Amino acid sequence: MSTQTMDVKARVRDYILENLMFSSDPSELADDVSLLDRGVIDSTGVLEVVLFLEESFGLQVKASQMLPQNFDSVDNIVAFVQRQQQGGA
Amino acid sequence: MKPSATPRRLLHEALLEHGADPARARHTAVVVEGRAYSYAQLLDTASRLAGALAERGVGRGDRVAIYMDNTWPCVVAVFATLLAGGVFLVVNPLTKSDKLGFVLDDSGARVLLSDGHLAHEFVPLLGTRPALRVIASGGLPDRCAIEAFDAVIEAAAPLCERPATIALDLAALIYTSGSTGMPKGVMHTHQSMLFAAQSLIQYLRLGEGERILCTLPLAFDYGLYQWLMAVQLGATLVLERSFAFPAQVFARMHAFEVTVFPGVPTVFAMLLSAHRRERLCFPSVTRVTNTAAALPDEQALKLREIFPSALLYKMYGLTECKRVCYLEPELMEAKPGSVGKAIPGTEVFLRSVAGGPVAPGEAGILHVRGPHVMLGYWNRPDLSAQMLREGPLPGERVLCTHDWFRMDEEGFLYFVGRSDDIIKTRGEKVSPVEVENVLHAVEGVREAAVVGVPDELLGEAIRAYVVLESGVSLGVGQIRAYCMRRLESFMVPQQILLCMDLPRTATGKVSRKALLEQPPA
Repeated sequence: MSTQTMDVKARVRDYILENLMFSSDPSELADDVSLLDRGVIDSTGVLEVVLFLEESFGLQVKASQMLPQNFDSVDNIVAFVQRQQQGGA
Repeated sequence: MKPSATPRRLLHEALLEHGADPARARHTAVVVEGRAYSYAQLLDTASRLAGALAERGVGRGDRVAIYMDNTWPCVVAVFATLLAGGVFLVVNPLTKSDKLGFVLDDSGARVLLSDGHLAHEFVPLLGTRPALRVIASGGLPDRCAIEAFDAVIEAAAPLCERPATIALDLAALIYTSGSTGMPKGVMHTHQSMLFAAQSLIQYLRLGEGERILCTLPLAFDYGLYQWLMAVQLGATLVLERSFAFPAQVFARMHAFEVTVFPGVPTVFAMLLSAHRRERLCFPSVTRVTNTAAALPDEQALKLREIFPSALLYKMYGLTECKRVCYLEPELMEAKPGSVGKAIPGTEVFLRSVAGGPVAPGEAGILHVRGPHVMLGYWNRPDLSAQMLREGPLPGERVLCTHDWFRMDEEGFLYFVGRSDDIIKTRGEKVSPVEVENVLHAVEGVREAAVVGVPDELLGEAIRAYVVLESGVSLGVGQIRAYCMRRLESFMVPQQILLCMDLPRTATGKVSRKALLEQPPA
């Protein structure tokens, strides 16, 4: 895992733990678990994540990208950020 | 709707008709996350589950709790319970263990239907409730007395005999937040629900070709009725788990050419925000409905860009009678701010606090009369008596909504305010007392008061004022983390303000009014 990946992952995890789970216990958030299943994100939660990514990583997230494969787990979010940063779709 | 030989009296008779009609039986009843199920499949699976429920002791009048996401097993379970003569209650999958336990005990549910991913909430309740039978879909934990949904359906013989259910029997308990802090089960009969579904179908001008979107939880009567209406019509429900991933919902709306879009103001605010990022347009949608909280007129006008072919309905209702009123979409410009008139087959009137008549233009308490009014609250005759008042005919009950409205000279209604403290956030009703009870249970918290404050996206945001015991140091994050473990996520306060004291009224009660006037700093 590159240091850049670790940095993105750490920031995404911190954000979700602090702002959506209000927890200081990292063990409560597995990287591959569905955030929807866990009740971590609900209808407005994903918008908050999108705004966080736009501010923190300078991304522009399109409405058509708000999909589970991009946002339903820490792993998916990290992969999405990296694809965007590499200029992919 | 095709005229049928015999009138429908029970909520599930439409399903039996469609299943017996070879053309309709092939029609898609529901699309769940993109997968289509026909009326024939629905009737077959529901009859098998009904057989399984009967084998597990569910008979006429027995309650079945459905604690599930918007899934195929969930929509099947609603009709399976009715076919077995039972009474269904859908519990929001965001519900945490303690409250689920309360609802199971209060309803006296014989069977719990759930999903493996919710096991961490329901499994801890099973030890003290040995009589409760549990059937769950999805992956299940080991060493638990939980039966797998698919295996149960496979093994069950379809229920053939029809229970002796009549229209006056209960069909559902719909749990709703109460100002006392504990949810209460609104009792609806086959008659009241069938009547309400038909009245809604009439004014929404729905036909059998509809494809009705549902992203709302079926625990919310607004979501549930999308399903009930679809089955009454023999139409198709396009069911999504939530509105969490808007792009997925949009793709489904295009793929299945959705015709009906039911939303709440938070969903519409998200739609408009997505529209600003990337232009949205759904020309197949012909009806857009809003309820749960007021849709500002300027938002309603902007929605026309997104739904160029749609009639837009502004509505108002409460679980106790499903829906009260709606504004004819053609009158939106002529009657700005109005939620219209009583739904077909019902009437409404305003009364003063003393019970007297109210002049046009003046505020009064809204009362509702019609076959859609609930029977009362399950196990709570005291609370029922507060809502159901003597009607004009001997023995009749009318519903006192406790909400303040104005009525103009032509009889159009305008919402003025609520007379209780219930907070409306994201289209959900939240009892401040329920949130306060959880805050009071946090070690180190001396006192807490919860209010709703206006919020562009949420309608109302939840703000908690918390007073700590002296010498205690407790962070806002810790308090919120505790709330997250005990409350549905939409009930967790967005704002927690630590303060030294709470303002009080002359009688020593915490004054919510003074709190709201106090600056948040």
